[in-house]
Amino acid sequence: MNLFLTFKVALRALGRNKLRSSLTMLGIIIGVGAVIAMVGIGQGASSSIQSQIANLGDNMLFVMSGSLNTGGMRGGAGSNNTLTPEDSDAIERECPSVRAVSPGVRANGQLVFGNQNWVASSGIQGTNEKFPDIRRWPLATGEFFTEGDVRTSSRVCVIGKTVADNLFAGTDPIAQTLRIRNLPFRVIGVLSVKGQNQYGQDQDDTVIVPYTTAQKKMLSITHINQVMVSAISPAATFTAEKQITELLRQRHKLGPNQEADFFVRNLTDVADAADQSSKIMTNLLASIAGVSLLVGGIGIMNIMLVSVTERTREIGIRMAIGARSGVIRRQFLIESITLSVVGGIIGVAFGVGASIIISKTLNWPTLVSPISIVASVVFSVFVGVAFGYYPARKAAGLDPIDALRYE
Amino acid sequence: MEARILNDTSETVSKRTLDPLLGPALIKLDHIHKTYKMGDLEIHALRGVSLHIDRGEFVAIMGASGSGKSTTMNILGCLDKPTRGHYYLDGQDVSKLSRDELADIRNRKIGFVFQGFNLLSRTSALENVELPMLYLGIKTAERLTRAKEALGIVGLADRMDNMPNQLSGGQQQRVAIARSLVNHPSIILADEPTGNLDSRTAVDVMSVSQKLNEERGITIALVTHEPDIAQYARRVVVFKDGRVKSDAMIKNPRSAREELESLPPLEDEEDDDE
Repeated sequence: MNLFLTFKVALRALGRNKLRSSLTMLGIIIGVGAVIAMVGIGQGASSSIQSQIANLGDNMLFVMSGSLNTGGMRGGAGSNNTLTPEDSDAIERECPSVRAVSPGVRANGQLVFGNQNWVASSGIQGTNEKFPDIRRWPLATGEFFTEGDVRTSSRVCVIGKTVADNLFAGTDPIAQTLRIRNLPFRVIGVLSVKGQNQYGQDQDDTVIVPYTTAQKKMLSITHINQVMVSAISPAATFTAEKQITELLRQRHKLGPNQEADFFVRNLTDVADAADQSSKIMTNLLASIAGVSLLVGGIGIMNIMLVSVTERTREIGIRMAIGARSGVIRRQFLIESITLSVVGGIIGVAFGVGASIIISKTLNWPTLVSPISIVASVVFSVFVGVAFGYYPARKAAGLDPIDALRYE
Repeated sequence: MEARILNDTSETVSKRTLDPLLGPALIKLDHIHKTYKMGDLEIHALRGVSLHIDRGEFVAIMGASGSGKSTTMNILGCLDKPTRGHYYLDGQDVSKLSRDELADIRNRKIGFVFQGFNLLSRTSALENVELPMLYLGIKTAERLTRAKEALGIVGLADRMDNMPNQLSGGQQQRVAIARSLVNHPSIILADEPTGNLDSRTAVDVMSVSQKLNEERGITIALVTHEPDIAQYARRVVVFKDGRVKSDAMIKNPRSAREELESLPPLEDEEDDDE
């Protein structure tokens, strides 16, 4: 008897007990559906974390001055004024793994336009012309200030979307005069919307000015608070970190045992950690779902074993009228594979549907990958064979006389 | 009871038994022994059974339970192998064949009719009859034609789409008979085919069997413990203690058809749906 006919016989046998067949499939449907949905949710979370990290900037490192330590009182990161614009230039010039740098000066103060005033929650940031490139933050309208503006400490500024909305409601902010800490600045650009950072801070509520202007005209200082560094590649962030540390220790004349008066924070570290935790999450969810798939497989084995017992007489009849053991074994194997594969395919549809519903209702990103679909289907074939083999062998090994006499 | 039959039938003994050299028989059991081991205990179910059945015979096999008639039937049906001795079916020694070879022999050469009908449930009469051909690998179109033909022979052409639970006991047994003939077997083995039927339906099933034997020359071996059912056959072999006790021709077998005609017509329950 050829395989096609055996297949037909198996399908007829399954069709004869539709309720039992569909209940058996339910185990696999739920198992595969859960795997697809869980992996989808996990990968969605992972990709959203990655995009948030990428949003932060291009292979970014932050160099900040260390804490001020006078008379036993330590002032916290950034309180020591040890970083200079020259350090920033040196990093760009001498560290091969560094692509671009942007020195940063922070300030706070009131913004006034006409009869409106506003204090930006993300503050006033002094920086250089490379800021949009390093932060991957293009402008919505207007333009960013130039190297010339930085050199000449021009009173120009670029504002975030939130500032524009609050101070310039209804008017075009470009070329208007904005008073920052009582100094008049010309608005030359508006940044595109960046949204909240991972701590919930509104990144669009800010004003950007040349750092030289902030130093000289607002704060009367010569140091800078931080340097934003972009490495040439994600992997290069680690070598860049080393190179910067070495360079600054040398520039700040620190002995080998002396504590650094600055520190370097590698954001790729943070990104890696976040990515790692989302991967762990994905694996955790997938293994929980995998357990349910295993339970589904055992369900199939259970039903097939019950089915072999219940159908002992049928097996006896088939053997009496000439079915070889191999044919019986194949029939039962095909039955269990059919159950698990059909269940698997329905489960895929179910899982994809569940992912879509979850992403719509809970507003979670989900990402159903073709690999997880293929893997689930392959796995369900495997479940069918693995859990169907023993019952099938049991059926094929029955003695026709005993089987016929079975009540 | 048994004694009465023997008195009725003992005059004519099968010529085959008297003269074993008379050409190749369809079935030849040659000193068959069957021993079952149950722990340390050996049970001798058959102790040297020799039996010949010719083509076209209608043989009833009788005996009390434990007489060895069921064991003989299992061996005849290639469901079981003898411990010692030889079984020639159509001239082929089948006593040492493998499991799969025996399955093929059962498929091609033997038709089974059982006491409990043994039809596949939730499967139409037609599909039940098709089943043996499925295992022989006969093409769909021919399978359908032959299954319909066989159902026609047993008078169930109009019931082929019914499930077994929509058929009466007699009709189910007719389906089983149709299934047993469909591969043109050398012999039909009927194991207590009337055991689950009322007496009228039993006569009806026997009339189908006699018709197949007389009109189509199909060889039938019938196991029964009912002496009056055995009287429909043309030869009765009685087993006792694992041996053939007697083997005799029946001079005037009962005719099931005539008896059916003489019976008062019933509310024809056979043709009623459940």
